[in-house]
Amino acid sequence: MRVKLDGDRVRNDRIRKVEEIADQSVYRCYQCGKCSAACPATPEMDMLPSQVIRYLQLGMDDKVFAANTPWICASCLQCMTVCPKGVDLARLMEAIRMLQLRKGQNQIEIRAFDRAYLERAPQIAMISAYRKFLSLS
Amino acid sequence: MNYTYFPGCTLYTKGKSFDDAGKAAGERLGFSLEELPSWTCCGATFPLAEDYDMALASPTRVLAHSRQRGDKLVTLCAVCHNVLKRTNHVMKTNDERRAKVTEFIEEPYDAGLEVLHYLEVLRDEIGFEAVAGKVQKNLSGLRVAPFYGCLLLRPKAEMAMDDPDAPSIFEDLLAALGAEPVDYPMKAECCGAFQVVHSDAMATRCSREIIASARGRGAELLVTACPLCQFNLEDRQAEMARGEQGFKGLPVLYFTELLDVALGGDPDRIDPDKHHTDPRPVLQARGL
Repeated sequence: MRVKLDGDRVRNDRIRKVEEIADQSVYRCYQCGKCSAACPATPEMDMLPSQVIRYLQLGMDDKVFAANTPWICASCLQCMTVCPKGVDLARLMEAIRMLQLRKGQNQIEIRAFDRAYLERAPQIAMISAYRKFLSLS
Repeated sequence: MNYTYFPGCTLYTKGKSFDDAGKAAGERLGFSLEELPSWTCCGATFPLAEDYDMALASPTRVLAHSRQRGDKLVTLCAVCHNVLKRTNHVMKTNDERRAKVTEFIEEPYDAGLEVLHYLEVLRDEIGFEAVAGKVQKNLSGLRVAPFYGCLLLRPKAEMAMDDPDAPSIFEDLLAALGAEPVDYPMKAECCGAFQVVHSDAMATRCSREIIASARGRGAELLVTACPLCQFNLEDRQAEMARGEQGFKGLPVLYFTELLDVALGGDPDRIDPDKHHTDPRPVLQARGL
């Protein structure tokens, strides 16, 4: 794949914000790919976890913010457990979600769940999902 | 021995059998779980955003109230345990965030509490040998797959419960009950967690791989410590069966249910209507 880098986009404000919220530097990553190998959710993702961090390094945050990957991440922490550089990628995923949720970009619709489902699903499933997929505003 | 106990949102309703059996087994082992008065929600997810102190308010309030009653807090739900233990770690290691959050909730908290999972109580306070000594119905020959999932073990430094790569706390408990713990590669994988509400396909696939992995290694039963894992691994079996010819289900129990049976509890307390795959035939086949 040919990628044209834009120097003005590297370390742009949004990427710095992601790093600040996550309390992680994307530049620690040296692209070994262990996170993508360990991640249990890649079949449903349209961008590998290691690619998310690579695009952030290259100033291509638009691609990352258009990807479903942060929304498929279940914060299971397999990635941070295997990372040889101590990057907590789940925190970067959370920051990418947060920046979207804080603009009101909700990912689920509470009213869409039917009664039968709500009667089966444990509270912890619903509350965790509300915390992860709904904005605070 | 009495422990302050945090039940959380699910244990008195959808996860009642987890709570009931945990309390009953505790009594048989000589300890009581005493509900923390006026508890609030733990928050259900630990905030991974460093600037999101607001999400620490609710779990910190739980910690502060528990601290007034003693120096230990016990949980059964793996989600509550993860959120409370990680929040406690923030309180112990980050004075600035602790000052900010405790000022906001208007409650002092000295970070002097120890958050324990029920499994840790059995291992570190009661001792698995003592548990083995109380077994009334030996689970001999029963091949049980312990399912850790993600929340009990990770992150290792904060949960400090077991090795995420090679955990043994569950296996050691099962062995103490006389059961045969099944070693299988997916035991500490993610079941899909809250994604079941958002990406149903992901949770179903992840859960199917876990069930197949345990089945492939000869498990007759799977046990978990998490109401979310229990739901995904159990409830998704209907969906798995639809997508795969010849799919063979696996009964999923809370570990306390099996513990209580081994300690002399009535297996009839296990409600088959709550399970996609009825666990009773497997237990009956072993004379339980």
